[in-house]
Amino acid sequence: PGASLRPGQGSGQSERGVRGSEHDDLKEMLDTNKDSLKLEAMKRIVAMIARGKNASDLFPAVVKNVACKNIEVKKLVYVYLVRYAEEQQDLALLSISTFQRGLKDPNQLIRASALRVLSSIRVPIIVPIMMLAIKEAASDMSPYVRKTAAHAIPKLYSLDSDQKDQLIEVIEKLLADKTTLVAGSVVMAFEEVCPERIDLIHKNYRKLCNLLIDVEEWGQVVIISMLTRYARTQFLSPTQNVSPGSEEAATTALPARKPYVMDPDHRLLLRNTKPLLQSRSAAVVMAVAQLYFHLAPKAEVGVIAKALVRLLRSHSEVQYVVLQNVATMSIKRRGMFEPYLKSFYIRSTDPTQIKILKLEVLTNLASETNIPTVLREFQTYIRSMDKDFVAATIQAIGRCATNIGRVRDTCLNGLVQLLSNRDELVVAESVVVIKKLLQMQPAQHGEIIKHLAKLTDSIQVPMARASILWLIGEYCEHVPKIAPDVLRKMAKSFTAEEDIVKLQVINLAAKLYLTNSKQTKLLTQYVLSLAKYDQNYDIRDRARFTRQLIVPSEQGGALSRHAKKLFLAPKPAPVLESSFKDRDHFQLGSLSHLLNAKATGYQELPDWPEEAPDPSVRNVEVSGGERLNYSPSTDPESESASDSKSSSESGSGESSSESDSEDQEEEKGRSSERVSPGKEGGMLSLSHSLKTHSHDGCFGWLHGSLWWACLLMGAVWRSSLGPGAQASEPTWGLLWLTPSLPSYFPGFSCSSVRQGEELLHRVAGEGLAVDYTFSRQPFSGDPHMVSVHIHFSNSSDTPIKGLHVGTPKLPAGISIQEFPEIESLAPGESTTAVMGINFCDSTQAANFQLCTQTRQFYVSIQPPVGELMAPVFMSENEFKKEQGKLTGMSEITEKLTLPDGCRSDHIVVQKVTTVANLGRVPCGASDEYRFAGRTLTSGSLVLLTLDARPTGAAQLTVNSEKMVIGTMLVKDVVQALTQ
Amino acid sequence: MIHSLFLINSSGDIFLEKHWKSVVSRSVCDYFFEAQERATEAENVPPVIPTPHHYLLSVYRHKIFFVAVIQTEVPPLFVIEFLHRVVDTFQDYFGVCSEPVIKDNVVVVYEVLEEMLDNGFPLATESNILKELIKPPTILRTVVNTITGMEKGETHRELPSWLPTGQLSSGALAKDWIDAIIDKSGSTITAEIQGVIDACVKLTGMPDLTLSFMNPRLLDDVSFHPCVRFKRWESERILSFIPPDGNFRLLSYHVSAQNLVAIPVYVKHNISFRDSSSLGRFEITVGPKQTMGKTIEGVIVTSQMPKGVLNMSLTPSQGTHTFDPVTKMLSWDVGKINPQKLPSLKGTMSLQAGASKPDENPTINLQFKIQQLAISGLKVNRLDMYGEKYKPFKGIKYMTKAGKFQVRT
Repeated sequence: PGASLRPGQGSGQSERGVRGSEHDDLKEMLDTNKDSLKLEAMKRIVAMIARGKNASDLFPAVVKNVACKNIEVKKLVYVYLVRYAEEQQDLALLSISTFQRGLKDPNQLIRASALRVLSSIRVPIIVPIMMLAIKEAASDMSPYVRKTAAHAIPKLYSLDSDQKDQLIEVIEKLLADKTTLVAGSVVMAFEEVCPERIDLIHKNYRKLCNLLIDVEEWGQVVIISMLTRYARTQFLSPTQNVSPGSEEAATTALPARKPYVMDPDHRLLLRNTKPLLQSRSAAVVMAVAQLYFHLAPKAEVGVIAKALVRLLRSHSEVQYVVLQNVATMSIKRRGMFEPYLKSFYIRSTDPTQIKILKLEVLTNLASETNIPTVLREFQTYIRSMDKDFVAATIQAIGRCATNIGRVRDTCLNGLVQLLSNRDELVVAESVVVIKKLLQMQPAQHGEIIKHLAKLTDSIQVPMARASILWLIGEYCEHVPKIAPDVLRKMAKSFTAEEDIVKLQVINLAAKLYLTNSKQTKLLTQYVLSLAKYDQNYDIRDRARFTRQLIVPSEQGGALSRHAKKLFLAPKPAPVLESSFKDRDHFQLGSLSHLLNAKATGYQELPDWPEEAPDPSVRNVEVSGGERLNYSPSTDPESESASDSKSSSESGSGESSSESDSEDQEEEKGRSSERVSPGKEGGMLSLSHSLKTHSHDGCFGWLHGSLWWACLLMGAVWRSSLGPGAQASEPTWGLLWLTPSLPSYFPGFSCSSVRQGEELLHRVAGEGLAVDYTFSRQPFSGDPHMVSVHIHFSNSSDTPIKGLHVGTPKLPAGISIQEFPEIESLAPGESTTAVMGINFCDSTQAANFQLCTQTRQFYVSIQPPVGELMAPVFMSENEFKKEQGKLTGMSEITEKLTLPDGCRSDHIVVQKVTTVANLGRVPCGASDEYRFAGRTLTSGSLVLLTLDARPTGAAQLTVNSEKMVIGTMLVKDVVQALTQ
Repeated sequence: MIHSLFLINSSGDIFLEKHWKSVVSRSVCDYFFEAQERATEAENVPPVIPTPHHYLLSVYRHKIFFVAVIQTEVPPLFVIEFLHRVVDTFQDYFGVCSEPVIKDNVVVVYEVLEEMLDNGFPLATESNILKELIKPPTILRTVVNTITGMEKGETHRELPSWLPTGQLSSGALAKDWIDAIIDKSGSTITAEIQGVIDACVKLTGMPDLTLSFMNPRLLDDVSFHPCVRFKRWESERILSFIPPDGNFRLLSYHVSAQNLVAIPVYVKHNISFRDSSSLGRFEITVGPKQTMGKTIEGVIVTSQMPKGVLNMSLTPSQGTHTFDPVTKMLSWDVGKINPQKLPSLKGTMSLQAGASKPDENPTINLQFKIQQLAISGLKVNRLDMYGEKYKPFKGIKYMTKAGKFQVRT
């Protein structure tokens, strides 16, 4: 088929010849059966794409390999497909069936990968297929597939915006998702598809707030930004500003108005975002900073200053953006950054654009108290070698002078001194600034005007010349003798001047004509005649217009009588203000704010509502009949109380009302447990296994990234093999993992799995090494059995065949469910099998034979007592009730002292759950830990209570009718805790 | 979000492009080149450039511009942070991030970029996760690259060299950079310390580490790697975390209280121009101050001289010096400071004849390094591992370096 190819369009004839031949060899390589050649060809093709070379004519040759078995090749084919499918729509359709098949694959990773590629090839004809795939994936059991579905939504939307309504339904569904993995992606989709549907957020608001800290960084930025907008529509302004100037109205209105009480949900958002100011990601810090700036009460905004100042030590691009935002904020909230004044001092090595922004901030921060320091600092800047920066400094001095009356004279004197600077740019900038300052109090500064007048001989910068001329014209009565002389000189050089200077010469002439026509009449007429024939029409127009105004003529008399008023009207002094003033009507941290112009797709930050919309829309229906019906309190007195409640209860909507922190843990644990087991049983339980680590808010690391790492790469599995063991699988794109991978996972169902034990050493086993672990999963065949994962690896150099369990010699009551025979284990390979053992609630060893075709090994598995039980979930009350029934002989108590390293919640819980397969019972008191479980065979309850004082003294109680188990358990737990 | 990425070298060649949505023609970079021309210096190219249909957001590192093309509103820091993450990832993958290295590994680079974004939204950005997805090139290759004179990577690569290889180990390097502006008379205008703790962890299983400090109160302005449990820090001032594999920055902190900052060096300078003469005097001496008995090494003094200076004839008491008459950059590689015999650089500057004396005074920039000392006073108390039974190698080192250390004259 390669031979029938047509070369790509648009390439020149000769070039086509050359390229054609070059590509022929690639086509040949792709057509071979050797994966190595295909891989080599694909690598060369991808390199071409990366360099921006056109490789579209290879499409048919490449697309054939879409179903290639070699994963490396396949991955590169996908890369190619996503890049060129848009240009070769018809051919691209050939690949669709492969992905459709992938969407039904039992392996979640393959499903996700198929969806990702399918949604990335921008071929409009497959829109219905995509829609269907997204809908299905949105209710997939795997959170990873659901995340991929969320990513696919904006892709489909950009391909066909008619699908919006259907997509919104999917978004709504995914917004209700409780996993952190999905949250960021779906909010992103929401922002791209339907940012106006703020109503979709209500029910998910509290959940998003609570999940936030565990979401990955990029998702955090998107969620925070969206929640800022949301909060602006739903809550009242925390700064209930009594409009200034209407004090009377305020006092009369005040008693009528209810005192402001912050909505508990508003408080929840502020509280849950605050820790993120310490994120390593500048984008997250900025997102929180803007949230506080736009939403927090004035008194609380200050916390963001320190974090923003910290960002100034990052890369210069980060500094650039942060400084822009600080510049805007520092106008509104000067006090916030004043303590950090020195952090904005400028170094000679800063890039100019950073220098100028820092200068802007310094100027905004200058106040009556710190102005001497600031001015001293500015003085050193003026001696810088960077002239653009010097010019900006002079402008900054001018602004300080206008804003702070006390230093106006000092500044003016300083600027006048600069007039004798050797650098013309410096002088020119000074003139322009002096002009502005003088307008404020011209009468006192005749001397300066004279000084400036003299400069017309030397200074060449047009803007400066124009400024001087304007000043002399405006204040000609202060310099009556000099002004006409200046006009004379300017008339002489008129033709050689720049346009702005010419305009000011005309101005000067007109003003002098009106005040001192005796001396200047002829000069004025001369200037006007020159201007009349100027090349620039502005100047010609101005000359004509001026002449009509000032020179009385028969028709125009009416106006010319008022000429003096027109030209010499007192003019208000210009206000020197920051270019960052009022930029905060754009949401801070946004692109639009940075550009000071609305960017495409910018969502306006709404104004606070006058009346708060109904807060009950955020209440979440309770599922499962648990008691909870939280409605935000409207009683101001109980604000803080209801506050903390809301934080704990809102997110999941199914939590019960224990104490706050406990509740939150519970809730997060639950969010990962929630997903029903099934094919993904293994990996979902992984997320479960991580729950003990994640509840203490480690920036989503575990829920996000590490979770993925474990999920996708089997990292836990690998590392559980102990040092030295490396995954022998080739590592490949996250979307193209082998279907067999999930089979590695089932071993991890519970929070803390013991380390594997050795069953057969590889020396004794003649190359066959066998380990076993207690997976703590219910054994599928028989609920009374402990499920044991047996891990075989063959380190000999011959295959081991026919691995199976031989005739067991078992004590009474103990039974074994053997694993299916392993036909062959190749050298260097390893595999895992699951077997079930009913230990009959005793710690007697199960002895059996492990047979291969040639050998038999006697092995034995003795269970630690903690493995003979399975966790039970119960509430504290139930626990206490059951405990009450198991007293006397059934209660075993032991006193112990917890070592220093083992006093935190997390470690205690981890240690106990490692020793025993028990479930934690949520507790009200902080020093109490309760765990519950049932023995596997008889189903007797095992209740464990640990009462730990902060000093380290602790008491361990186990209640169980199986006294032997109880005693042994106490021993094991005490040992683990005191070790 | 992020539509496309172009990598542009300093001579203006686009040497790599990647699109996550429909292809954006590389002609969009013309707007970037215009801005680049206007800016004269690379570091002054605005990080955000609006064009009629797109916005170009760029970062400049290792002499490469990473230009992202976006079409709609997005927080600029989101994109900039991502671009820096891309550079860090390349550095982690290849040891260095330079044009030749990227070109040599173009397929890996392309695959990494493919994984980092999906439809322009970040997907997998942690370097340890990416490495599981896409194998970095073999170590041998990287070593060769490093030996053959590629520019050195950023400082945190120093870390693993002192950790034992082939052993389960966890090491941390606490590093302080001291930023200061010293005025003419030698008094400190502003001084602050920024520090980081970089970790290199090679442990198996799910080790749960805690790191405690002798003086945690020092750390009032910190940012953490996402693996750190924030609540434990808040309540106990202990860093508790399950580390990712390999190198990562555990913590950054900032100490700004001026009285706390010890300035370890001083510079005595006498730089004078006279109106009448075409010769100027130049003399600087560097000496130690508040070094807690440690040696200051790797001292380099640089100074941008005014344009009027034609040449300099100087004699150093130690080390070597160069003066580039074109860029007017004076650089003096001092080496170690011996407190008994302070290094000095003396001589004359020849100025343009007839021209008046320059207005500007040069600022002196200092680089130095002090081993075994964190000038902020930060001390790690202990590093413990839970959750795994084996005993890993544990180590912690300290170092102080000059950050932006300037002396005004």
